[in-house]
Amino acid sequence: MPDTEKFSNVPEAKAVPKKRTRLSLVWVIPIVAAVAGVWIAVTKILEKGPEITITFSTGDGLEANKTKIVYDGLTIGTLTSIRLAEDHTHVIATAAMSPKTEKFLVKDLKFWVVKPRISGLNVSGLGTLISGYYIGVQLGQSKEGERSFTALESPPVGGDVPGRFFELQTKELGSLGEGTPIYFRQIQAGQVVSYELDKGGANLNVKIFIQSPYDQFVTPDTRFWNASGVDLSLTAAGLNVHTESVMSILAGGIAFETPTSDSPLPPAPADATFTLFDDRTEAFRPPPADPHTYLLVFKQSVRGLSVGAPVEIGGIQIGEVTAIQAQFDATTKEFSVPVTISVDPARFGVKFLNFPKSEDRAANHKRIMDALVARGLRAGLKTGNLISGSLFVAINFFPDEPPASIDWSQDPVQLPTKSGQLEAVEDSVAGLIKNLNKTVTNLDMTVSSVRGTLTNADKLLTSSDKLMGNANNLIAPDSALNAELNNMLQQGGDAAQALRVLLDYLERHPEALIRGKTGEAKP
Amino acid sequence: MSANNPIAMEHGLQSCHGCGLLSRPAPGAEEGRCPRCDEELVFRKPRSLERTMAYLIAAAVCYVPANLLPVLTTNTSGGSESDTIMQGVVLLWSPTGWPLSLIVLFASIMIPSAKIVALLYLVFTVKRGSIQNNAQRVRLYRMVEIIGRWSMVDVFVDTFTVSLIQLQPLMSVEPGPGLFFFAAVVVLTMMAVESFDPRLIWDSASAKEIKREVQHA
Repeated sequence: MPDTEKFSNVPEAKAVPKKRTRLSLVWVIPIVAAVAGVWIAVTKILEKGPEITITFSTGDGLEANKTKIVYDGLTIGTLTSIRLAEDHTHVIATAAMSPKTEKFLVKDLKFWVVKPRISGLNVSGLGTLISGYYIGVQLGQSKEGERSFTALESPPVGGDVPGRFFELQTKELGSLGEGTPIYFRQIQAGQVVSYELDKGGANLNVKIFIQSPYDQFVTPDTRFWNASGVDLSLTAAGLNVHTESVMSILAGGIAFETPTSDSPLPPAPADATFTLFDDRTEAFRPPPADPHTYLLVFKQSVRGLSVGAPVEIGGIQIGEVTAIQAQFDATTKEFSVPVTISVDPARFGVKFLNFPKSEDRAANHKRIMDALVARGLRAGLKTGNLISGSLFVAINFFPDEPPASIDWSQDPVQLPTKSGQLEAVEDSVAGLIKNLNKTVTNLDMTVSSVRGTLTNADKLLTSSDKLMGNANNLIAPDSALNAELNNMLQQGGDAAQALRVLLDYLERHPEALIRGKTGEAKP
Repeated sequence: MSANNPIAMEHGLQSCHGCGLLSRPAPGAEEGRCPRCDEELVFRKPRSLERTMAYLIAAAVCYVPANLLPVLTTNTSGGSESDTIMQGVVLLWSPTGWPLSLIVLFASIMIPSAKIVALLYLVFTVKRGSIQNNAQRVRLYRMVEIIGRWSMVDVFVDTFTVSLIQLQPLMSVEPGPGLFFFAAVVVLTMMAVESFDPRLIWDSASAKEIKREVQHA
């Protein structure tokens, strides 16, 4: 090394031990671990969605950390705690929602518990038998955010399905229930959502949902009727069976139809109220335009006549019985049955209504009714059904009836009545029985006199019997009479012998008559 | 301990980790190899305390999510359910299943944490140059070394369950994120145990003895 020797006087650099301050690579491991931990923690915190509270009426089937909130098959939240409300009447559940669900949480968001439900023939939520209940969600339309909700008792109907809700009023629920199908031309067009009594308790308000496009066929003129069961009618054409569907026979149903008219009405607004009729016939019966109410007073029994029984003229129903009472007339001390009927003149047809316009309507009506009664119009009861004995009111003309008139001062106006055929039969049967009774009484008397006669005859016979006995005694072989008779006959015989001897002698000696016996008197 | 016990390092000798052969370090070379088994020869494990400390910190960091995150997710047709280790312990706790529950509690929760604490204690005492309870500390180290691997049982059982219970679509079991962190805890603590050189426990004691001998002399 020549250079080193050459520069031997050059000072040598200070040897400094290399400081080993550089961090060992091993520290990467805790840093990685820390980064991973922090990253997980951050994502966990970021993943934490909004927290909401849902109020349930019952905590049945709900479990904290188990029960899911499911929308369209996706879990969007889980119940984290369930506690009883302060007043112990309901259950408040807290739920942790998935992240990014904030915009769903609006005011009209609906929650309900999905559990197995069997209503009518609708079975739903069977899967929850295995998986446990979960909470269903229906999204709302509102823009207003909300964090506390009240769960529905039952799943909302309709939901995202377009359609409209209507209300039906009925007196009786019948076989209707939640989920009862509603048919339009025998297609299921909707269902019953809920029902509730109105405030007075007199009517039931049934809320129904008609899905689109059937809802456009519901106009203000639409008729709804109860299509449960089978409609049987026996006509001259034969037996008619009418039903909506097999399902409606089993589970009940409602049908609706809109009368065809020249100018179709616009669809009814949502939540419009309709009447639920009992059957199709009733639904399509035109509403009485100007019903006339009359009073019929019957003296006979009206057993078999019921409210709603038809009032017929010539076999066509023109009205119905609206009330049946019993009354006691204090002055005549008689019971009678006033029956109120309501007659719809619209059913009489055009001719009846076609009166001169100038005339007063009421006066015209009076005039016509007076004329009809004068011609013999009478109301009577007729048997509609021989088996059930149901009666109906038949209005007919009986020109032979004693004349009657209408007292227009009464309200309602009383129409003259005529005993029905049944009453007449009853009367004649009663008369017959009365006569029969008399006859029987007479017969009785006859019989008793015959009996007296017979007793006398009996006596007579007895005495004649005695007589015969006596006679018998008289003619007995050992009777004195017999002996005497025998004697008498013997003597008679003897007498005859003597006579014969005499005659013989006389024959031979005719002269003896004159000369008498001559010597030879000894035979 | 007597100063008469010869310590290889004091005499400039290296003992082989692999076969225990004593040898003189190669002159001038940065590293030497065992002439018998070709193992790398060092006086002490390099940066033992630092590496142990790093592994321990990593293990402690992983220990938190390992216990907070679910280790198993059970999917049934009724829904899925995720359970953490502690939930598993609670689930197993029953009049008949309590021994199992205790095993899980010990193997999965107490042992990893005990390992971390024990190693931290060893690292700190060595760093401080403590000469107390040397024999106890070595026993502790050995216990940690022996017991530590059993924590892997939990990971083992879980992976077994996951691979066996795949009855799609009825039921399936999936590992949760907690399981990876738990496995990391076990592996990291084992690496910490491995990187800790127990001879360091004695080094400070011999150093002090040397110092005392020098003073006496």
